[in-house]
Amino acid sequence: MESTTSIIPPEGMQLVYERPKALVDVHTHYCPGCTHGVAHRLLAEAIDELGVREKTILVAPVGCSVFAYAYFNTDGCEAAHGRAPAMATGIKRIDPSRVVVTYQGDGDLAAIGTAEIIHAAARGECITTLFINNAIYGMTGGQMAPTTLLGQKTKSSPMGRDAKIAGLPIRMSEVLATLPGSAYIVRRSLHDVNNIRKAKKAIVTALKAQINGLGFSMVELLSSCPTNWGIPADKALEWVEENMVPYYPLGDYKVIEAVKSL
Amino acid sequence: MIESFLFSGFGGQGVMFAGQLLAYAGMDTGLETTWIPSYGPEMRGGTAHCFVVLSDKPIGSPLVRNPKTALVFNNPSFEKYDPLIKTGGLLIVNSSMIVQSSNRTDITTLNIPATSLADELGSLRVANLIMLGAMLAANHIIRPEDLKQALADHIPAHHTDMLGMNYAAVDLGMEHAVQVLAR
Amino acid sequence: MAKEMLKGNNAIAEAAVRAGLEAYFGYPITPQTELLEYLSKRLVELNRVFLQAESEVAAINMVYGAACAGARVMTSSSSPGISLMQEGLSYIAGSELPVVIVDIMRGGPGLGNILPSQGDYFQVTRSAGHGDFHPIVLAPSSVQEAIDFTILAFELAEKYRHMVLLAADGQIGQMMEPAELPPMRPLMEKRPDWALTGAGDRPPNIISSIFLVAEEMENYNKMIQNKLKVIRANEQRWDEIYTEDIDLLVVGYGTAGRIALTAVEEAREEGMKVGLLRPQTLYPFPDDRISELADYVDSVLVVEMNAGQMLDDVRLAVGGQVPVSFFGRMGGVVPMPDEIYNAIKEAYTKTTAHKAA
Repeated sequence: MESTTSIIPPEGMQLVYERPKALVDVHTHYCPGCTHGVAHRLLAEAIDELGVREKTILVAPVGCSVFAYAYFNTDGCEAAHGRAPAMATGIKRIDPSRVVVTYQGDGDLAAIGTAEIIHAAARGECITTLFINNAIYGMTGGQMAPTTLLGQKTKSSPMGRDAKIAGLPIRMSEVLATLPGSAYIVRRSLHDVNNIRKAKKAIVTALKAQINGLGFSMVELLSSCPTNWGIPADKALEWVEENMVPYYPLGDYKVIEAVKSL
Repeated sequence: MIESFLFSGFGGQGVMFAGQLLAYAGMDTGLETTWIPSYGPEMRGGTAHCFVVLSDKPIGSPLVRNPKTALVFNNPSFEKYDPLIKTGGLLIVNSSMIVQSSNRTDITTLNIPATSLADELGSLRVANLIMLGAMLAANHIIRPEDLKQALADHIPAHHTDMLGMNYAAVDLGMEHAVQVLAR
Repeated sequence: MAKEMLKGNNAIAEAAVRAGLEAYFGYPITPQTELLEYLSKRLVELNRVFLQAESEVAAINMVYGAACAGARVMTSSSSPGISLMQEGLSYIAGSELPVVIVDIMRGGPGLGNILPSQGDYFQVTRSAGHGDFHPIVLAPSSVQEAIDFTILAFELAEKYRHMVLLAADGQIGQMMEPAELPPMRPLMEKRPDWALTGAGDRPPNIISSIFLVAEEMENYNKMIQNKLKVIRANEQRWDEIYTEDIDLLVVGYGTAGRIALTAVEEAREEGMKVGLLRPQTLYPFPDDRISELADYVDSVLVVEMNAGQMLDDVRLAVGGQVPVSFFGRMGGVVPMPDEIYNAIKEAYTKTTAHKAA
């Protein structure tokens, strides 16, 4: 794998932006307008900032980010669908000094892996989860997710999600915040620069919570999927703001005292 | 030489421990030994039984259809196992709990009022050892001193204060059985 | 060390501890729960890892994670729980990880019951998960073998970077026999090179079972198949008794195998020329030896606590040289020696009559 090439700025100029060391210099397979790339970069920046790349182990999910492990310059593995928190638990228990991160989508975390994420949080497992909520199944081609909004058309809710058939979308941050073992549970969005900055800060805090052994931490990131939503890339971010944010309010759902004082 | 034993009664009557004790004594005297319990979803009060096999060569089946010796602690156990004992075998009946008696003439039957004797001795819980003591009077494969040693070695730590009473129960069972046999 | 009276489940647990088990993840299910209970105390006392998971699905994925981290790890369950673990077993097979899984088999299908059974033979030897792989499967028939095979399971798992299943039944889990435990072995000193320990200064280690390009997936499969070929050549294990100059060979493993021994001995007392072969590895199946014996016996009787699963393997090994008959009990019924004796007598009578004719 190619690692980051260092850039020498011309004389008189300052280097202000470069690829994080925790990211591998390769093209990702993500679609144009998808925010997975942004989320990857934020996680990598946070890892760099905290200086923990050398001891980080990433657990990738099944979903669009199935190859996430190949994009990070850290040790990594690929879990079965929904089982990343269980796999991360196994890794973390063997060496609690490692930084263990799961990166999971909404189908992975909020449908097939609900038991695993709830119990990892309930145990206060010292792992960090990045939860990519884009309200749809991306990898399988646009089926309804547990977080698909009411009325949202997907390939498996072609008339729009109907609560009578499919029930109501699940708000995982709110659910996990109720568990005593969770230390830091927040929801952020990736639809504009301001929110991206806030998301980055939250990811740093979540990792710090883990490093300090304070319990389970998760950052939910409202994300876009223009391809499967069937809208242009530039409209997708607006769609996040207009449709997702009202149902999935941004904010801090659980921040224990020890995390506040980090 | 191969000897098979069945212990059967209600859960809580100590049938499992009595069987284990015999197995321990068998092992300590250099015999091949197996102990196998019935196991089921009931925790208390259900019927429980275990088989013990002692042999001077490796044991194949730990399960026995027709045990040579049976110690039965309640009515259902009596009804089930009385017909199954091997001809020439031995049946020990806790006659405090079991109203029927065996009609078989091809086995030796010892009716031992184990629960009443245990009550007289001061604890209902030692009825299992009275039954075991009675068995030793009729089946000499294990010596009483070896059984007592097994008791001393394997009694649960929180019951060590009961050891003296346990020895007394084994002796009482033996004495009673000797009297019954003499009749 | 002196012999102690040990219960099968506890003996397996303690043997695993002495083999250097570093971590255990499991979920309670009868008739293997004592194993989990024992380790919940013992491993914690030793400052090793014990965790009761929220399900067998989670347990096997925790095992998967711990194995990725390079730990000596195991789980245990019973039939319905093994069904739930199949997903994880397939991923573990797809990632070449050394793990040990104990299956204390019970009656099925469905919720079935908690009584001893060998109904998982196909599941553990053939279909332990999707895709082309076989675990190494060890089948103890006594508490001593349960101990010895637990130690062996870890050795084989690490030797081949392959999963090993210890397939016992509820009777072996629940019974007590005098047995000897081995001395305590040290924990693994160094993590394997491939383990996920954090990249440090080296290039990242990646463990994944995904190969999107068909040829790459095929190459991985070829590697697994080559490994299985070596395993088949080197690891067939069995025990045999009275197999010289016999007319009828009885084949049985685990509990059925030891009960068959009692029946075989009774039959021999009656003058029947009968012997017993007891497979100790169900995968690799000891087909070489069975094939050899089929050259000179007149018939084979297979005894199992299922509807006839190993029967297929015996037939393959015998290759049509002699007739193969079957006796089995199902659903948690453990056959009594006299039932097997009757089956032996029937098979023997047929064989000798055929010979006379």
